[in-house]
Amino acid sequence: MIRRAWIPVLYIVFLMLPLYWLLMMSFKTNQEILSTFSLWPREFTLQNYITILSDSSWYSGYINSMIYVVMNTVISLSVALPAAYAFSRYRFLGDKHLFFWLLTNRMAPPAVFVLPFFQLYSAFGLIDTHIAVALAHCLFNVPLAVWILEGFMSSVPREIDETAYIDGYSFPRFFTKIFTPLIAPGIGVAAFFCFMFSWVELLIARTLTVTDAKPISAIMTRTVSASGLDWGVLAAAGMLTVIPGALVIYFVRNHIAKGFALGRV
Amino acid sequence: MLELINVSKRVGHQQHIQDINLQLQPGSLNVLLGATLSGKTTLMRLMAGLETPSAGEIRFNGANVRGIPVQKRDVAMVYQQFINYPSLSVFENIASPLRVAGLDKATIHHRVHKAAELLRLTDYLHRLPADLSGGQQQRTALARALVKQAKLVLLDEPLANLDYKLREELRRELPVIFARTGAILVYASTEPSEALLLGGNTATLHEGRLTQFGPAIEVFQRPVDVHTARIFSDPPLNTVAVHKHGNELVCADFVMRLAADAAHLPDAAYTLAVRPWHVRIDSETGLPDVALINAHVEVTEITGSESYVHVRLGGQGPDVPRWVALVQGVRDLPADSSLTLAVSAAQIYLFDAEGKRCLAPAGDTGDSGLGNSD
Repeated sequence: MIRRAWIPVLYIVFLMLPLYWLLMMSFKTNQEILSTFSLWPREFTLQNYITILSDSSWYSGYINSMIYVVMNTVISLSVALPAAYAFSRYRFLGDKHLFFWLLTNRMAPPAVFVLPFFQLYSAFGLIDTHIAVALAHCLFNVPLAVWILEGFMSSVPREIDETAYIDGYSFPRFFTKIFTPLIAPGIGVAAFFCFMFSWVELLIARTLTVTDAKPISAIMTRTVSASGLDWGVLAAAGMLTVIPGALVIYFVRNHIAKGFALGRV
Repeated sequence: MLELINVSKRVGHQQHIQDINLQLQPGSLNVLLGATLSGKTTLMRLMAGLETPSAGEIRFNGANVRGIPVQKRDVAMVYQQFINYPSLSVFENIASPLRVAGLDKATIHHRVHKAAELLRLTDYLHRLPADLSGGQQQRTALARALVKQAKLVLLDEPLANLDYKLREELRRELPVIFARTGAILVYASTEPSEALLLGGNTATLHEGRLTQFGPAIEVFQRPVDVHTARIFSDPPLNTVAVHKHGNELVCADFVMRLAADAAHLPDAAYTLAVRPWHVRIDSETGLPDVALINAHVEVTEITGSESYVHVRLGGQGPDVPRWVALVQGVRDLPADSSLTLAVSAAQIYLFDAEGKRCLAPAGDTGDSGLGNSD
């Protein structure tokens, strides 16, 4: 038993090591990072975090990211819910092809779409707005959300819909009052995946923004100053980037487990 | 009154329902009897308005209901699967049609409790459907259908997934509970015994066609054709192809003298049918015109009070007729042993080449078996 326990322990140590290193770096001064190799900070400092949280060119990056990520999640879900319902409940010409085609959108790397997006969004004056990034990410998130939600919806018997109509429910009332609670875990899982993709995606977000809507991940790539790379601040920014994702995972972890068991994730 | 006039339903190339004419009276109990895939559920969905007929008309109290959405129709439906709203409590499940209708709180409370009392759900009103047993879940669905006081109540094999005891109990109570509402009750079933136990009218369906509609016992005793007789027989009806020569029926396995009342039938090919409980395995029948048939035992199923003896007539091979004899008591016959069956001409049905009935037993009282056959 004890010998076997080594494997997961080792695994977790290797998994946590980079994260630990990042955390320790964020509490060190630049001088310490560059001069010595230390497992923990000799001179503990919060200066890196203070820099980020007090400098608007830094913290606005978090706000911008948050804004377009939330926008994207809301748009993706509100578009994907009716689409998934249609795919799960109705047969129409080419439904299966369309469903597969939606998924193939995700097979192309985001870089492919950077050029057309840039020119299109410039033409409509959308460059450097939150909605531009939110809409661009929909290309990847809507298919995924449709696919996840369709799985959850198809596991709800069609007879429940019919019973509700027979009881006299109108479609909107049925959808909000009866159907949505039944697929709540699916909505949670889909929202999680939309959030994570949009939060992590760098290339499109950076290309479509200049200053007003610049995301944190793009700002992080520009910490090179006259005095060289600001390692400590970069590490602190990295830690702060991990936190929202960790929070979201914490809140939807039960739903995700259920989602893996029930639908398709 | 619900009227179906030449109703057909096609889906793609498949004809699900064909030319059905039916009139159902308020306060009546109507059993749709048919094998799986015979169109029972489709017919119910057409009546409910969940599907529109490809041809024909459905009239409710004289008015064509085509195009009226389900929500506006005065119907209630219960499925074979236990369908409730999983996120709502039993109380809210039952109350749901009343809430949508916008009734006041006191009325809803009163009606839900009354329905819950009838279906013995009073103690479970605060629970979620998932925390109930199968029988309680189905009773919740039935209560929801009851509380709506709809003019048309459709029950699609509502008891099929319940255990034996509960099924018997609910089968006794359901007609009584719904009869009080004065609704047209339509009940789909695959079990002949259920149609007879429930009483009322029976409509037999075969491959999307209505073969017969009338009081259950009449349909059972005097089926118009061989399909109806087959649908309305459990264990399966025994049939064999015969040829009539004068006053004798002839086939490979036996010759049977016909009674005088069959003498007028023209000499031709017929299908002879006999109920399993009219096939004796001892020759002392005390009945006239008995034909003795050589058969071999395939398997014997013993329920205790009765034994189902599955036999094949005559020799070997896939094409020889296979019959069931339902006999009283425990009769443990070894497989492949030979025995002599006795069938009286007074207890046979004859169907002509088109399947129409030409002869029925004078007094087929269905005096055995059916009640215990499930």
